[in-house]
Amino acid sequence: MSILVNKDSKVVIQGITGSEGQFHGGQMLDYGTNVVSGVTPGKGGLKTLDERVSVFNSVEEAVKNTGANTSIIFVPPPFAAEAIIEASYAGINLVVCITEGVPVQDMVKVKNVLDRNNTRLIGPNCPGIITVDECKLGIMPGFICKKGNIGVISKSGTLTYEAIDQLVNVGLGQTTAIGIGGDPIIGTTMRDCLELFESDSETEGVVMIGEIGGQMEIEAARWAKAHMSKPTVGFIAGQTAPPGRRMGHAGAIVSGGDDTADAKMRILGECGVKVAESVADIGQLMKELMN
Amino acid sequence: MKVHEYQGKELFRKHGIPTPNGIPVFSVEEALNAYDELATKTVVVKAQIHAGGRGKGGGVKLAHDRNEVEILSKEMLGMTLVTHQTGPNGKEVQRLLIESGADIAKEFYAAITLDRGKEMDVFMVSLEGGVDIEKVASETPEKIVKTWIDPMLGMSSYQARKLAFGLHLKGSAFKEACSIFMKMYECYRSTDASLVEINPLILNKDDKVIALDSKFNFDGNALFRQKEIAAMRDLSEEDPMEVEAGNYNLNYIKLDGNVGCMVNGAGLAMATMDIIKLAGGDPANFLDVGGTASAETVKNGFRIILSDENVKAVLINIFGGIVRCDRVANGAVQAVRELGLDVPVVVRLEGTNANEAQTILEDSGVSIIPAKGMKDAAEKVVSAALGS
Repeated sequence: MSILVNKDSKVVIQGITGSEGQFHGGQMLDYGTNVVSGVTPGKGGLKTLDERVSVFNSVEEAVKNTGANTSIIFVPPPFAAEAIIEASYAGINLVVCITEGVPVQDMVKVKNVLDRNNTRLIGPNCPGIITVDECKLGIMPGFICKKGNIGVISKSGTLTYEAIDQLVNVGLGQTTAIGIGGDPIIGTTMRDCLELFESDSETEGVVMIGEIGGQMEIEAARWAKAHMSKPTVGFIAGQTAPPGRRMGHAGAIVSGGDDTADAKMRILGECGVKVAESVADIGQLMKELMN
Repeated sequence: MKVHEYQGKELFRKHGIPTPNGIPVFSVEEALNAYDELATKTVVVKAQIHAGGRGKGGGVKLAHDRNEVEILSKEMLGMTLVTHQTGPNGKEVQRLLIESGADIAKEFYAAITLDRGKEMDVFMVSLEGGVDIEKVASETPEKIVKTWIDPMLGMSSYQARKLAFGLHLKGSAFKEACSIFMKMYECYRSTDASLVEINPLILNKDDKVIALDSKFNFDGNALFRQKEIAAMRDLSEEDPMEVEAGNYNLNYIKLDGNVGCMVNGAGLAMATMDIIKLAGGDPANFLDVGGTASAETVKNGFRIILSDENVKAVLINIFGGIVRCDRVANGAVQAVRELGLDVPVVVRLEGTNANEAQTILEDSGVSIIPAKGMKDAAEKVVSAALGS
């Protein structure tokens, strides 16, 4: 078991003929991801990625012809919201949007459509999701992962890699790692991921990496306190971030209240999450909890 | 992205929201011409900087005649205005707004912003205007009325009425306020704003509702479709190093410490700053070189970091996924050679081609301190900063 994606996920790549779609599409195929089709409007009928993948004009056609049930989006920000909506109406169950820079107002509307169609979105502005040795749906380096029993959730791409690397160094592998994205409005929250990991039989521990801004980590921690039986390590980036400044991620801004790193670390701790004060301790703490 | 008060008021007028008559000026002469043109006895001279708290800092003053306009505009233009939002160094005043005075009967507060938790925009008004809204929210929350706007439907008139009732308005003022709230939402939505705030929104002695101030934040991700808003950007209000970094597609924020850092990814960049602090140092900056760190990016990153003379040591922390560590290592070596760095550089490279990168650094002959893991890197760079 694992969560959200596995070797049977049938993947369509939206924006497959663009440079990102080409590069990461190739990497995903090499990892073993079951990529069944691609979409670029106007390029239907083409074969791409060394003739391995058929291109369609719309997600609807891709679904009809190849049975795709999962999509990954590599289209530029002005068109990303529409790409998500198109996938949702075409009946895709899980959409991963890698694109960084999607306007917030677009995302507010997208969320309404997702709810209506019961589509799950991961991202935008995220590295994607990987179920080790089965399905890489994103831009993360697959080779750093090792199959195991820890789930990883993170708002940040490179911090996900850092956590995975530390876990591997202490001898712990992963089930699934999810980069949920650093934007103010995203499809799948930390709490959603905790719920999925809690009910996954293979996952035995969880690493949750958050940052300043918003209330998502706190919401997740409160849920964990009430429902989580598996050991959880938390880390919050941005302890030294000055208030009012946006730290790279569109959502990483301290705007008062409980969204500072200190406040989140305190509340996570109160909720029974083992908090790593230093980023360098994530792997070691997880190991201690697993023993 | 932020704009000046006078630019925000231009947007208000364009959307039919009443504001006092006012003219932006850049010199004393223009200020006097503006006074003549406004043809009202009393005017307000308002310093235009991108920070709140201008009144308390001496940046908003009444002038009762032409002579006072001259004195005040001489005084304000070129002055350094320090408010609780500018930081201790303040901001130089380069523009003023000369505006007709208003007879205030009541002051309110009105704002629209994104409620991240509810994933909807929230419109809020307060009976108490002209003061800090956070203070009202914590001390007298009953004075604040909120309504959440359905993104698919937009704002409905019953919501505008709820807000206007919340301000205890009656008769023509009630109708005006409703109309202003509808227009305010339209202005917010059509400009891709992330915040629009009127503080104070006033009722004057003739029972008219007027926006006496304006504050906007715009979604930087939407500027591609907001050309008019993008053109309002005033680069002189931003840190010159941050602007230069933006030109190289680097995300840089200057801080007060002495340990420079260059990192790929925003989360890792924040965590790097944090671990420098834990190791007993102080980060000099946030710098995210993004997902495509090349030799060129690394060189530009060095230039930006080292233009801050407080920097005593630099840490490069890269977790290579798509980014290849050997390329970053080559970039670092090249930059150290070309720029002739006189501060110690600690490099931690992990991920794709990390071993090749290590060899490049060792064989280069330039004095780069290699580190293994984030803790080691932070400790090495902090002790290097102390030693140099």
